[in-house]
Amino acid sequence: MKPLSDFQIVNHSVPRGDGIPKVTGGAIYTSDMVVEHMAWAKVLRSPFARARILSIDASAAKAQPGVIDILTGYDLKGLQPYYGHGVKDHPLIAIGQVRFVGEPVAAVIAENELAAQEALGKINVDYEELDPILDVDTAMAEGTPRIHETDFADGSFRGFDDFPGAAGNICQAVHVGWGDVDAAFAKAAHIAEGEFYFPMVYAYAMEPYVAIADFDAKGHLTVYTSGQHPFMVRHDVAHVFRLPLNSVRIIVPYIGGGYGSKSYTKIEPLVAACSWKSGRPVKLQLSVEEAFLTTRGDDARVRIRTAVDARGHLVARQATIHLNTGAYAENSPMVCRKAANRIVGPYRIPNIKIDCFAVYTNTVPASSYRGLGGAQVTFPGESQMDELAEMSGSDPVEFRLKNLAHSGESIHPGMRPIDADIPGDIREAAKMLRMDRPLAPGHGRSVCCSASDAGAHPVTLAMVQVYADGAVSVLSGSTEIGQGSHTVLTQIAAEEMGVPLEKVRLIGSDTAVTLFERSTGASRTTTLMGRAVLEACREAIAQIKVMAEEVFAVDADKLVEERGGLRHGGKFLTWANILEQYFKMEGCSIVGRAYLRKAGDLTLVPVFWEIGVVGVEIALDEETGKICLDSLVTIGDVGLAIHPAMTEGQDLGAATMGLGAGLFEELIYDGQQLMNGTMLEYRVPRFSDLAKNIDMKLVQNRDGVGPYGAKGGGEGAVNPISPCIANALYRATGARIRTLPLTPERVWKALQEKKGAAPR
Amino acid sequence: MNVSFELNGKQTTLEIEQRESLAEVLRGRCRLTGVKISCEAQVCGSCTVLVDDLPVSACTLLAYEVRGKRVTTIEGLADDSGRLHPLQQAFLDHFSFQCGYCTPGMILAAKALLDENSAATDAEIVAHMNGNLCRCTGYLPILKAIRQAANQLRGQK
Ligand code: FES
Ligand code: FES
Repeated sequence: MKPLSDFQIVNHSVPRGDGIPKVTGGAIYTSDMVVEHMAWAKVLRSPFARARILSIDASAAKAQPGVIDILTGYDLKGLQPYYGHGVKDHPLIAIGQVRFVGEPVAAVIAENELAAQEALGKINVDYEELDPILDVDTAMAEGTPRIHETDFADGSFRGFDDFPGAAGNICQAVHVGWGDVDAAFAKAAHIAEGEFYFPMVYAYAMEPYVAIADFDAKGHLTVYTSGQHPFMVRHDVAHVFRLPLNSVRIIVPYIGGGYGSKSYTKIEPLVAACSWKSGRPVKLQLSVEEAFLTTRGDDARVRIRTAVDARGHLVARQATIHLNTGAYAENSPMVCRKAANRIVGPYRIPNIKIDCFAVYTNTVPASSYRGLGGAQVTFPGESQMDELAEMSGSDPVEFRLKNLAHSGESIHPGMRPIDADIPGDIREAAKMLRMDRPLAPGHGRSVCCSASDAGAHPVTLAMVQVYADGAVSVLSGSTEIGQGSHTVLTQIAAEEMGVPLEKVRLIGSDTAVTLFERSTGASRTTTLMGRAVLEACREAIAQIKVMAEEVFAVDADKLVEERGGLRHGGKFLTWANILEQYFKMEGCSIVGRAYLRKAGDLTLVPVFWEIGVVGVEIALDEETGKICLDSLVTIGDVGLAIHPAMTEGQDLGAATMGLGAGLFEELIYDGQQLMNGTMLEYRVPRFSDLAKNIDMKLVQNRDGVGPYGAKGGGEGAVNPISPCIANALYRATGARIRTLPLTPERVWKALQEKKGAAPR
Repeated sequence: MNVSFELNGKQTTLEIEQRESLAEVLRGRCRLTGVKISCEAQVCGSCTVLVDDLPVSACTLLAYEVRGKRVTTIEGLADDSGRLHPLQQAFLDHFSFQCGYCTPGMILAAKALLDENSAATDAEIVAHMNGNLCRCTGYLPILKAIRQAANQLRGQK
């Protein structure tokens, strides 16, 4: 393996490829785009959580000045209007019934936004209200009607192994297990048992959902969207309109944040239908309030028990997880699968029984949220690790070290063995947090960890173009969502081709131009697309070597590869020189390509284990119950950081997002109505929530399947933050809280209860 | 109605409707799309522009309110030769953005502070910037950039 010191561009914190546009206002997002002759759409939303649509009268709206057309569920003849990559349960606009407050019922297409907005009020919808099914228990109870009355076809999803699992209002059920938990619990020395709740959260990507759709005169459809997964959108949209894949072109410019909330298909089929109906290019820009009504994270109730033997070894874990999936499946079946896998944690546990259910309710549809089920289940899992450490009379760090899987050990039978040094990471985090210092009153510390089966289904195809003037282009279907893919991928190409970074251009996120990439999520881009780009460069070089035999007029085995080209004795030619001399024509370029699939060393799932290791010291104000972070430490066990500064940035960003759900964030329903769906009421982390001391470290053991041993990051740290805070709070006060977020009110109440319970 | 103001150093007169917000006018009529819209409720700061050097939320300010005033957007920050403002350079140096959606507002809010007080302490920076949300970075890289730019601007004085 090439030593770290040999890298000239990779493993260096080079300037971001998207840097200048983003600091000068030149970066164009979908929300900034206009296309010639474009009309605007606005959406009328359901006021009821569950109702039949008896009729829609849009004639008055249609007659309004500036209105071009109206789209409702009655207009979809000829289309296949239900989409969904897992379960095709989602109509592009309500058809015959509504299933949550905020569901699109009609769209007005007008010459401008104001005209569209004003016409919405002129649409009359006659509803027959039905009893809404608002929580998981009601949804699962005997005799409760089904939210979806029909069984839906499997979606387009390639990479779901166990689909669909629907019965009644259960959208998906996943069962994971091995060993004999009953026997293990019967013999256990200590058992921690409890019910935990992780709240309903909103990702708040600062750019709300937006798309422009344009059916041209030949019937080809172009969609500009802020979606994370253009190829998944293409598949859904092609299905809806019965188009061949090459008739649908999805273009994704810069994306203003996603964190999972822009994965898979959102408003694109609706906007495309508006263009299809009106014959105009149509833009739909949602507001943040509407984004609140589009996708959220699954809230989770977890009943869990975990047992240890007398020597402090974990012997069993059993959990029942109920995810409140909302009105449509979206990606919740995958959240269900991942939550079930991830609740095991990075530990050796010989007996496991996990039952996880994604349950339909008449609330905003839930889908991917950073960590994909990891945050929901790491909270109970890591809380119980501290509870068991105490029962066993051992230090929580030592207790974890005793039970953590080492590199090469398997935590899930049949899956890829652990490809990280988690015990080393935990030791390092404890050291950085200086766990041995005495604690000030009201302070508590904790170190927590998680292991997530990351990378999703590995199908990633890439091309590079190598030009005879020394330029190189990388053609990648990965989107630039802020994670830095456009920088990292050019670094890899520059390193492999031996050209300066400035010579490499990233061409991206246009399904008509780049090859297929399944998705930009599950922390996969560096690992999979990075590796595909590396292999595509090597394939281009292999082609040029054949040409070089002719150019140098010697056999290939006489040519020595050096950085950026080939040498024969005193003569060195760059790759570009060779191309130029081979073609004897200016302006030529060749294509190198790589096709990764689930084969070879990518056969085993997961592609890699994404490790989250964080430590916190909290400072509690006992008068008010307010928790502040005194210290935050993160460890990024990433194999090799292609770009160290951005990799640390991912860890801090993920930890901060986790902090939000840990301390303040929660969507609250009052009956069928979402009560706090605005940024005035939904509190996310701010500048003043920044920890006083922040220490981040990268661990680079080059143990991943990605380029140069890299693995992904960006979602690890979100998972262990909330239990870490809860454990630190316990350490500070003796109060164990099993419901998030740890708002001042909740903490204060727990402290009062604790005081009341204590002997006077 | 007509409204005249100085926009990024140039005297500008526009025909607008009375109900239009400054953000709508700058983005729609002037194509200055560095003005970003998110919460539309004066919470997030992504639409921050400078009006007579003070930070305001363009989402909730009616455009005609800026008549006769000086408006600066992110597009007007680099000097005529294209050299970046020290804050822009510092944001690049410290990787102070990911998706970049909050960035124009962040830079302009910070500029207002440093123009006023280039010796701002960390606590003053945090208090001043608390009305600008960033969902990506976790804020520390932004704080570091503002510190660096403050140092540099102090050096220039
Ligand atoms: S968009 Fe103006 S403050 Fe959020
Ligand atoms: S960089 Fe994405 S919101 Fe700040």
